[in-house]
Amino acid sequence: MEEAVLLARAQFGLNIAFHILFPTITIGLAWLLVVFRIRYERTRDPAWLGTYKLWVKVFALTFAMGVVTGIVMSFQFGTNWPGYMNKVGNVAGPLLAYEVLTAFFLEATFLGVMLFGMNKVSGRMHVASAIIVAFGTTVSAFWILALNSWMQTPTGHVFENGVLIAGSWLEVIFNPSFPYRLTHMLLASGITASFVVAGLSAWRLLKAPSDPSAAKTLRFGVHIAAVLVPLQVIVGDLHGLNTLKHQPAKVAALEAIWKTERGAALTLFGFPNEKEKRTDYAIMIPKAGSLILAHDADAEIKGLDAFKDHPPVAPVFWSFRIMVGMGVLMLVLAWTGTLILRKRTPRWLLWAFAGFTFSGWVATLAGWMVTEIGRQPWLVTGILRTADAAGDVSGAELGASMTGYVLTYGALLLSYMVVLTHLSGKGSQ
Amino acid sequence: MIDLPIIFTVLMGAAILAYVVLDGYDLGVGMLMPAASRDEQNRMVASIGPFWDANETWLVLGIGLLLVAFPAAHGEILGALYLPVAAMLVGLMLRGVAFELRIKAEGWHRELWNWLFWAGSTLASLAQGFMLGRYITGFAPGIGYWLFALVVAGGLCGGYVLLGATWLVHRTDGPLQTKAIAWAKWGLLWVALGVALVSLGTPLVSETVREKWFDFPRTLALMVLPLSTLMVWIWIWISLGRSDWKPFAGAVAIYVLAFLGLAYSLFPFVIIDRMTIWDAAAHPSALVFMLVGTTIVLPFIIGYTFYAYRVFRGKVTGGDPYS
Repeated sequence: MEEAVLLARAQFGLNIAFHILFPTITIGLAWLLVVFRIRYERTRDPAWLGTYKLWVKVFALTFAMGVVTGIVMSFQFGTNWPGYMNKVGNVAGPLLAYEVLTAFFLEATFLGVMLFGMNKVSGRMHVASAIIVAFGTTVSAFWILALNSWMQTPTGHVFENGVLIAGSWLEVIFNPSFPYRLTHMLLASGITASFVVAGLSAWRLLKAPSDPSAAKTLRFGVHIAAVLVPLQVIVGDLHGLNTLKHQPAKVAALEAIWKTERGAALTLFGFPNEKEKRTDYAIMIPKAGSLILAHDADAEIKGLDAFKDHPPVAPVFWSFRIMVGMGVLMLVLAWTGTLILRKRTPRWLLWAFAGFTFSGWVATLAGWMVTEIGRQPWLVTGILRTADAAGDVSGAELGASMTGYVLTYGALLLSYMVVLTHLSGKGSQ
Repeated sequence: MIDLPIIFTVLMGAAILAYVVLDGYDLGVGMLMPAASRDEQNRMVASIGPFWDANETWLVLGIGLLLVAFPAAHGEILGALYLPVAAMLVGLMLRGVAFELRIKAEGWHRELWNWLFWAGSTLASLAQGFMLGRYITGFAPGIGYWLFALVVAGGLCGGYVLLGATWLVHRTDGPLQTKAIAWAKWGLLWVALGVALVSLGTPLVSETVREKWFDFPRTLALMVLPLSTLMVWIWIWISLGRSDWKPFAGAVAIYVLAFLGLAYSLFPFVIIDRMTIWDAAAHPSALVFMLVGTTIVLPFIIGYTFYAYRVFRGKVTGGDPYS
């Protein structure tokens, strides 16, 4: 049973991690495409048309990857976590269905118009299609984050004869962590997309330094990133305050605070040792933990000793540091880029951006690991334990399908990245 | 009092039927790829380009409605079909990605993606038919039931080939259309064999279905279904080569009739002999919330789907698909 739960989690984790890579790009990229398309409509500059046509191809490919991996998800809710639907299906199900109804059809249908309809519909209708697709991707994020936030900080539900149902849908959707999580994810997507645009444009400029479209999109991506990353720092901080209020055990784990204390220190680095309940080789700043988490140097921070159930410390601790570390690097690069690109385009900077093409993926995945592993041992906080939701699919079936998924995903991810590099290397002309 | 589970059964059935017909034609086109020349392959893919994403979304809606409206059945059905579901998903992933990548690839790369597009389409179709076959018998154990599922798998592939071929008759012209007419005839023969085997086999493998169909005088009224299927079949055969749109319309009609027959056989079970739609239904609070959304949004979805088919009407030509 233990093993089956572990395999079910590993498989679902693999699928959802693979899936989230693509929406993370498409939500942000859809809005960037709206800008490209409108600029072409206004200026009739062929460079913008080329830019639009190149990036709509990237978008279509990324979107397709998101669709096919998303279909896998819709099945795995039932196959891997039957207990989930049995227990909270009356709340989770409708939110998922609303995503399909209000977002998926809209995106899929108008993407067809966006891709193949430039000469078949009016310019205005084509611009509208781009906006509708971008709107659809955002609506999709709205529903899925409403559900995820509800699993983190459930409100608005009631028990009727032992069955969990929604008492107030508004309270279910607008649960306490939802606004923060949604904003955090939308910004993450915008940043990821702008680094993809900047990175692939830099790659093109390394091959063809005089490509005017690539020079434009590089600057465009860098500027967007330079604005969005600082915003993300602020939103991330607010999200942290919210988590401390509603999920203190998660915060204690991600900061590796073992004992409840006033004026808690901030651990910059170290090796959490769950057996001995301490952090080995820790580098700490006194009182900084309380200052950052509660905005008060003497505030009391609940440590892991205060919680009967808390998540595994090391994975959350490390994921959090990867996310923040990546964010800092991205901030430095985006601002350095903004300053330097005003005057010149040195090759080392192009290499730096090319190297950071998929940096948003690293930060986003690490962030999701913080929040999802940080919720353990609960699947829905206080309501359903992960172990109670697993199905009775045999280890052999899980193993066989897992092998299939790993091979397929590996091949797909490789092909995706090769094709993206190849497409951008050829440029928009 | 409105009976919510019945409403959601109709909605879910409609979504699954829409999926089977819509993704059916593009899966069928995928399976026909090896029979065409390179230039024809490009036109075949171009004919489904603007639609396939949205077509597959109907599967997500159908499964989503199963998940939302009948959560108890969702876990049971998908648990029992674990491996064919995984096979179908791998197939759908391969073809979806191959579809995008083949446009961007050149030389042997394109050949490789073409091949994967075919393989993914075929794998997904076989898996769907197999799932249907297992589902009809309520996942009964025993070699005979597995063989029955294999027969259904073959039959559904034939049906998709028929849909794909008649879609191409509708959307292409010249030598490709001539080829498509021949493919459609093979598809028709294949479907005739498949439908006959499945119709005769289902009452044999399920007592519940047998009793529902062979109960005079109701049986006489029910004969409307097989008789109209036969008439539509003949109508398709005659109109092939004479009309561009009639064969596709006929193929869709065959699916609708087969679906009605299946729905009659199974109702009111969501898992035959084990779980009725009322046993499996979610709490009314969830169903009402869903119904409100569906009633408001579904007309829009149908509306803009028609709009998209209008924008991309007419014969497909070669050339750059992105212009």
